[in-house]
Amino acid sequence: MPETNDIQGIIRKVAEIIIGELKLEDVTVDTFSPEMDLVDELGIDSMDLATIALVLQDEYKIVIDEDDYPKLKSIRMIAEYISEKLTAKG
Amino acid sequence: MKTISSLLDKQWHDRYKRISTLNIRSSIYDVTNRCNLRCKGCFFFSSGEHQVEEETDIKKWEDFIDAEKERGVNLAILIGGEPTLCMDRVESFYRRLPSYCATNGLIKLDRKRFPDLMVGISLWGGGEDEKILRGRDTFAISSKNYAGDPYTYYLYTITPKQVGKIEPVIKQIVDVGLKVHLQLLSNDESVDGFSWQPSELKDLRSEMDGVLDRYPRTVISSKYYHEVITTGMMMGRNFCWNECPSVTESLDNRKPQPRRLIRFARWAADLKTVHRCCTSATRDCSTCKDGAAHMSWIMVNKREHMKSTKDLQNWIEVYEMFAKLYSFIPW
Repeated sequence: MPETNDIQGIIRKVAEIIIGELKLEDVTVDTFSPEMDLVDELGIDSMDLATIALVLQDEYKIVIDEDDYPKLKSIRMIAEYISEKLTAKG
Repeated sequence: MKTISSLLDKQWHDRYKRISTLNIRSSIYDVTNRCNLRCKGCFFFSSGEHQVEEETDIKKWEDFIDAEKERGVNLAILIGGEPTLCMDRVESFYRRLPSYCATNGLIKLDRKRFPDLMVGISLWGGGEDEKILRGRDTFAISSKNYAGDPYTYYLYTITPKQVGKIEPVIKQIVDVGLKVHLQLLSNDESVDGFSWQPSELKDLRSEMDGVLDRYPRTVISSKYYHEVITTGMMMGRNFCWNECPSVTESLDNRKPQPRRLIRFARWAADLKTVHRCCTSATRDCSTCKDGAAHMSWIMVNKREHMKSTKDLQNWIEVYEMFAKLYSFIPW
């Protein structure tokens, strides 16, 4: 489980995972806009999302339903989704 | 960082947005093991994949299709055998899932029963090649059955013997008011003279580009697709088993896992057996020329095509072509 589960901490962790999994160049956790549309701007597809979701599930010990993928359009939206799941878990 | 909007102007970005959320999940179904033709080079019969006990209970088909829908499939590609020999099964798919029916066109689908079912009619060249490979010239019949049908196109499988001769075939298709998509024969039964030589593929690419330029309203294709299918290369990589995206998911134990079609399976007509891939397990992947597999190969590698504006535009054109061929966007 990551050390910081406040929204900013989750945003940074999600950005780090996306950069690592997609092998993104020319971007860092600090420069990656949490508002960027991951499909319309970054060009990720459902296989990318599935890969990222697997790592996030492992990291946060949560389940990310594939039906929820359309909601996960930006790093902020992913972070908020994770935060809600963690809150629900208690 | 390269982003979609940094690579595309507004017009191309709008085209991208139209397809980026389609999320196509296809699978292929052998509707029947029977066919009213026996074509030389047909992978279905040469591979022995027709040797399963065909399910005949229509209720079992309906339950199976419901389960496939539940599994996330949103495009059923119906092949065979000849699917139109079992219209009740075709109808079961059509009523439940967006569907596409591959046929030889010898039997006419009733458009009152299937008003907007997308139909792809197989065509293996001009009359002489059709007689050699399929035993008869099917075009004469299929073109009468489907002339002017807005939901039908020819799937023209070009053979090495057709190099230099494809334009007359395209003209015949123009004359009957249909569209055409181009792919290449994979010579699964090693018929003499029907295996590709590198020089033939080079000439064919140029010829395919030419007919696309001259018949843009009829030929549903893209020059990048022509490049990839004739060279077997995409972004410096060779098409092969370790690259193919169209492998049945439950049989796919490749390591590392390549980018692939999520949920994809090719089901046999017993509704229990799955086949290795969208063609057959006996095919040599290094010489496979399957059009859908090559299109899908491009489509699942979107981010690879974000190296330049031209690469991304190429990707968009191929995705649009696929989406048109399977009715996700209009012609």
